Amino acid sequence: MNLAIKDIRHGLFRFVLTCLGLGLLMTVVLAMIGIYNGLVADALAVVKAPAADVWVVEAGTQGPFAEASSIPATTRDAVARMPGVAEAGAITYQTIEASHAGKTLRLYVIGFEPGRPGGPQRIAEGRGLGRSHFELVADRKTGLVPGETIRLGRDRFTVVGLVEDAMNSGGDPAVYVTLADTMTLQTTMDPAAARVQAARGDGGLRAPTVAAVIARLEPGADVALLTATVRQWKHLSALSQGEQEQLLLASVVDRARRQIGLFLGILLSVSAVMIALIIYTMTMEKLKQIATLKLIGAPDRTIVGLIVQQALILGISGLGIGLALILLVKDSFPRRVLLEPFNALVLTGIILIVCLVASGLGVRAALKVDPATALGG
Amino acid sequence: MVPGDILVDVRGVAKHYGEGETRVDALRSVDLRVHVGEVIALLGPSGSGKTTLLNVIGCILAPTAGRVELDGDAVFDGKWLRSDLRRLRLDKIGFIFQAHNLLPFLTAEENVSVVLDLAGWPSEKGRERARELLDYLEVGYRAKVKPALLSGGEAQRVAIARALANRPRIILADEPTAALDSGRAQLVMDLLRKLASEQKACIIAVTHDEKIFDRFDRLIHLRDGRLVDS
Ligand SMILES: Nc1ncnc2c1ncn2[C@@H]1O[C@H](COP(=O)(O)OP(=O)(O)OP(=O)(O)O)[C@@H](O)[C@H]1O
Ligand SMILES: [Mg+2]
Repeated sequence: MNLAIKDIRHGLFRFVLTCLGLGLLMTVVLAMIGIYNGLVADALAVVKAPAADVWVVEAGTQGPFAEASSIPATTRDAVARMPGVAEAGAITYQTIEASHAGKTLRLYVIGFEPGRPGGPQRIAEGRGLGRSHFELVADRKTGLVPGETIRLGRDRFTVVGLVEDAMNSGGDPAVYVTLADTMTLQTTMDPAAARVQAARGDGGLRAPTVAAVIARLEPGADVALLTATVRQWKHLSALSQGEQEQLLLASVVDRARRQIGLFLGILLSVSAVMIALIIYTMTMEKLKQIATLKLIGAPDRTIVGLIVQQALILGISGLGIGLALILLVKDSFPRRVLLEPFNALVLTGIILIVCLVASGLGVRAALKVDPATALGG
Repeated sequence: MVPGDILVDVRGVAKHYGEGETRVDALRSVDLRVHVGEVIALLGPSGSGKTTLLNVIGCILAPTAGRVELDGDAVFDGKWLRSDLRRLRLDKIGFIFQAHNLLPFLTAEENVSVVLDLAGWPSEKGRERARELLDYLEVGYRAKVKPALLSGGEAQRVAIARALANRPRIILADEPTAALDSGRAQLVMDLLRKLASEQKACIIAVTHDEKIFDRFDRLIHLRDGRLVDS
């Protein structure tokens, strides 16, 4: 006869309600974990997308994500000619606002040279950019669909394809356009700045610039050697892919990550206290019954089993409900909620430990109760 | 009577609660011997120590001094002599307490069979015995019902069935008939008498109910923690 289950079934409605409450709390915890993962993954997505080995950026900057970087577009040819470089591509990044279908869209515009590194890795729908002007490939989260047109700057672009999970660390969805088109965007987006430059007298004469040049190396080529060589040019600096990812995590998303991490810690503590409280209350309400059990001769094993089993059933059900709910709603979050099986596993471990520790409180009270209390009226 | 006949042997048992100003002497040197088949009533005014004596015999409460022997085994002599008091209770002692000490989350039948479960009976046999006992006590028709839905008398009979389930030889009851009308009270007492003689058990029951005094073999009076002759 399993007393834990009999007792749960006796007060099933209340138990289910408690599980549901705990489940909602678990949903929030899981959402937080997912948001945390999503933030990191999204931030890295933009760095990982070009599948580069080396990033060549402006000297003295940690560009192009952590800091602004601007180098002459001609750098690409110089990098491409270096020994060990298989291919190189120039790339630009800028965030712009565009109105579309009555809404203002914040877009992260990535300019790359079709046929060279820097473009989207996988087209989810439609096709990639051709060589013609004013086409773009958009992230699905922009809400754009292939065939639509959208005005960026002075020009109207046609959406030819969709990609997924391309965005900057702020969560703005990306659109890919050709480098040539971004050049015209750069000059048309900011007339005030352009006028200032023109007033300084270097307006029309400026050579076109890009944010970075990315290079893919030949198999066996030495990344460290290449970055060292690039750094010898006074106006350039170079970062390996690993350094670039580290930099992005450390500088751009670090604070957001710590913020969410801290909040997650608080949430987990709240859950732990909640679980402890629920289990303790459940036990305290049964103290007289536990005294009765002791009186009729139940060993401690039976009593501990009753409490611990209920605690575990509560924890697991709460977690199960939480998991089911988060899987149901995770796609309606505005930003990516990324849950790995590993996260669920770790959370399960934490909840199990919390349940065991929490039942410790109840078990203590239960073991202390005097069987004689069952006799008094 | 032969010595093996004595189920409960209490000698010089004293129990006080608290110390100094607040000290209450609930029992002062009580001697009591109960034999197989005996049905004994424990009488006395409120606060005279009846429940305390019952708890000492039931190994729920350690006396301050004295010696307790149950069914030939010394269990207390200045200190507990056995570490498995709950097992002892499970095997030798049946408690009949207030009806509402039935476990609310178990059915009447389960409330009885849980004792057998704990005693290690196979669950099928335990259920069978529970049904038999409930039938015997004429509450078999309520076997699948939880205590909240039982009447006071039904609940009390289920509690009695639970006390008897593991065939204990010492049955302790604190006002077993308080919740019953006098007809039912007499019936329950007759039943306990029958069980005592059939199972070679003894019964010690606290009662205030004069209408059932004639159902007891002996009436024992407690006053201020001492047994007094009536
Ligand atoms: N846990 C305790 N702590 C302190 N004093 C106690 C405790 N239990 C009982 N007493 C005291 O011991 C005395 C005997 O109590 P007991 O419960 O044995 O009386 P009783 O004869 O059962 O009374 P009643 O008929 O009212 O149930 C009383 O004076 C009571 O106040
Ligand atoms: Mg009493």
